[in-house]
Amino acid sequence: MSGGTSRERVLGRVRRALADVPRYERPHDHLVPRDYRLAHGTRTPAEAAALLAANLTDYRAVVHRTEAAGLPALVARLLGRRGARRVVVPPGLPDDCLAKELLAAAAVEVVGDSPALTARALDGVDSVVTGCALAIAETGTVVLDAGPGQGRRALTLVPDHHVCVVRVPDQVVDSVPQALARLAPHRPLTWISGPSATSDIELDRVEGVHGPRTLEVVLVEGSGPR
Amino acid sequence: MSRTYVGMPAFPRAAAQATGDATLRANLRRATHTIRARRAQAVAELTDWEELRAAAAAIKDRTLRHLDHYLTRLEENVTRAGGTVHWAADADEANRIVTGLVRATGESEVVKVKSMTTQETGLNTALEKAGIRAYETDLAELIVQLADDLPSHILVPAIHRGRGEIRDIFRDRMGDWGRPAPEGLTDRPADLAEAARLHLREKFLAAKVGISGANFLVAETGTAVVVESEGNGRMCLTLPETLISVVGIEKVVPAWRDLEVFLQLLPRSSTAERMNPYTSLWTGTTDDDGPRAFHLVLLDNGRTDALADHVGRQALRCIRCSACLNVCPVYERAGGHAYGSPYPGPIGAILTPQLRGPASALEESLPFASTLCGACYEVCPVAIDIPEVLLHLRERVAEGGEVTVRGVRTRVRPAKRRSVERAAMGAAGWTFDHPWALRRAQRLAGRARRLRPRRLPGPLGAWTDSRELPEVPAESFRDWWSRTRGNAG
Ligand code: SF4
Repeated sequence: MSGGTSRERVLGRVRRALADVPRYERPHDHLVPRDYRLAHGTRTPAEAAALLAANLTDYRAVVHRTEAAGLPALVARLLGRRGARRVVVPPGLPDDCLAKELLAAAAVEVVGDSPALTARALDGVDSVVTGCALAIAETGTVVLDAGPGQGRRALTLVPDHHVCVVRVPDQVVDSVPQALARLAPHRPLTWISGPSATSDIELDRVEGVHGPRTLEVVLVEGSGPR
Repeated sequence: MSRTYVGMPAFPRAAAQATGDATLRANLRRATHTIRARRAQAVAELTDWEELRAAAAAIKDRTLRHLDHYLTRLEENVTRAGGTVHWAADADEANRIVTGLVRATGESEVVKVKSMTTQETGLNTALEKAGIRAYETDLAELIVQLADDLPSHILVPAIHRGRGEIRDIFRDRMGDWGRPAPEGLTDRPADLAEAARLHLREKFLAAKVGISGANFLVAETGTAVVVESEGNGRMCLTLPETLISVVGIEKVVPAWRDLEVFLQLLPRSSTAERMNPYTSLWTGTTDDDGPRAFHLVLLDNGRTDALADHVGRQALRCIRCSACLNVCPVYERAGGHAYGSPYPGPIGAILTPQLRGPASALEESLPFASTLCGACYEVCPVAIDIPEVLLHLRERVAEGGEVTVRGVRTRVRPAKRRSVERAAMGAAGWTFDHPWALRRAQRLAGRARRLRPRRLPGPLGAWTDSRELPEVPAESFRDWWSRTRGNAG
């Protein structure tokens, strides 16, 4: 491909364009003032969870809270309310019992994640139940990193209903800077702040265009570290 | 057919046409004022906004001053993570690369997520010539594509269309592109969104190739970032087997940590949200998750020419938030199309002439498409001093000077005196009829004496610097224009 020569041409132009930058200047010699805050205020874990819930709700996610023991029953109720029949539950959430308990409690068909579950097959799935990598209180965001209990990115994209379980307080951080510090760059990351939305028609916000039109976030207390 | 911006008339003429369209103006005015108010609120929530802004500007400057270093690091890390990096010196080359990559997959259809970079290169037209159909998947881009129209706003490209028009476009045109609009489609935004969901779902599920841009590229890790609202971005980035991202070389940031600054600034400044609904970050390819092949096409297309200009360089900090459009009185009246490129508003006025070089009447007139009121600088999250760059570019149009065109240093001759004076005095005339605009202009006036009109009305000392956003003057751009008979070009 012509890549080799164009690469040299572009880099050559960049270097000529930067003739005014002193040769001795290293990138870090150009200082970046980082006087901004790493979090906006100090909060107790309970306050952080409350802020997370408030901000998620503000962007039209539906928030529920429960003790660990009540999780299967709650999730079963949410699925039942939707009339969901086929549900994807990736392995590892938050312990593998959930899938079995769901099966019993909600009388739904639990579909495991496998390569056979193509996008088209996922289109025939009603709901997906996942965990997350962490959640950000100040912005009302849950972050998925394809880790345990989360599965491939497509799982939380194609079905119309996403139930996301967040362990409180250990998965909740205050701010964007704290979140980035905890996340691994090489993993595929999806940051979700409310259901998909558009304001493209006369700036009226409409929830739900292509992603799941309903996002329910379950804050589970007292589940402890995995 | 896809339309292009080629052959657009010079700004004043295009603006005069646009300001005559009452619907367009009403839509634009309502939209920009709504976003403006919401944005101010979202920004006020962060007490350290100014500190974030200073950090963002410095990070971008560090990147630009060492761009060769960061580009090669980026290339290394993308490659290590399983991606392939391509370099495109100009638009044609980028289009050739992408066309070749799509052809190699054997596919004749691609899904696209909104990307100003591919609008800049005219990719859809190039693909069309090669027999490849590109489906735009952003709701607004879909509207624009179905209507055979051009985007008019960075963030809300169909800002110039009302809901009734959109309903008609969907009803009349969706069938030509795939699944038709549902029977009895109403003009309720929720119904229109549902129609788009159904229409596009078919495309997403069948798509083998996705094409995107990226908001940021992290040199240190090779990570690409796409910030969006609707989920069509996730669809295009996740479901196809092959992903091709066309990204300007200025989108690189040095380190992972730098995202903590931009992911706070961009959503608030752009959509006035604490965080946009979806942000995707990916690094090369991942086994069994998402595309198996990832191609990153790094585009120059005039960016290194802008980089060579010590004053104009700062335009490359832009993160395309569109805040400067929404506060600009000239944009509000003229509309996006008058700027003759995918980059409208104040940022377009300084970016387009630099990317394209002093090629035509349009590029010459763009630096004059401003009252120098400075509102754009005040809101810019990366602190680009747009008025300073405008004056710099005006000076070059008027007096000639050094400019780099496709990597080659040349001198441009001064534009014909009469046309420059007309354009300069025209813009200045509008400024002087509106003292709020003058306050800001005055701050800059000393730097470009030649372009400063001779008679200064009123005691200048009475005007103090104001941080308030200007009110839009009672006189419209069009009225001003016909009164002053400005007709540059
Ligand atoms: S110039 Fe600044 S305000 Fe305008 S779009 Fe770019 S970043 Fe946003």
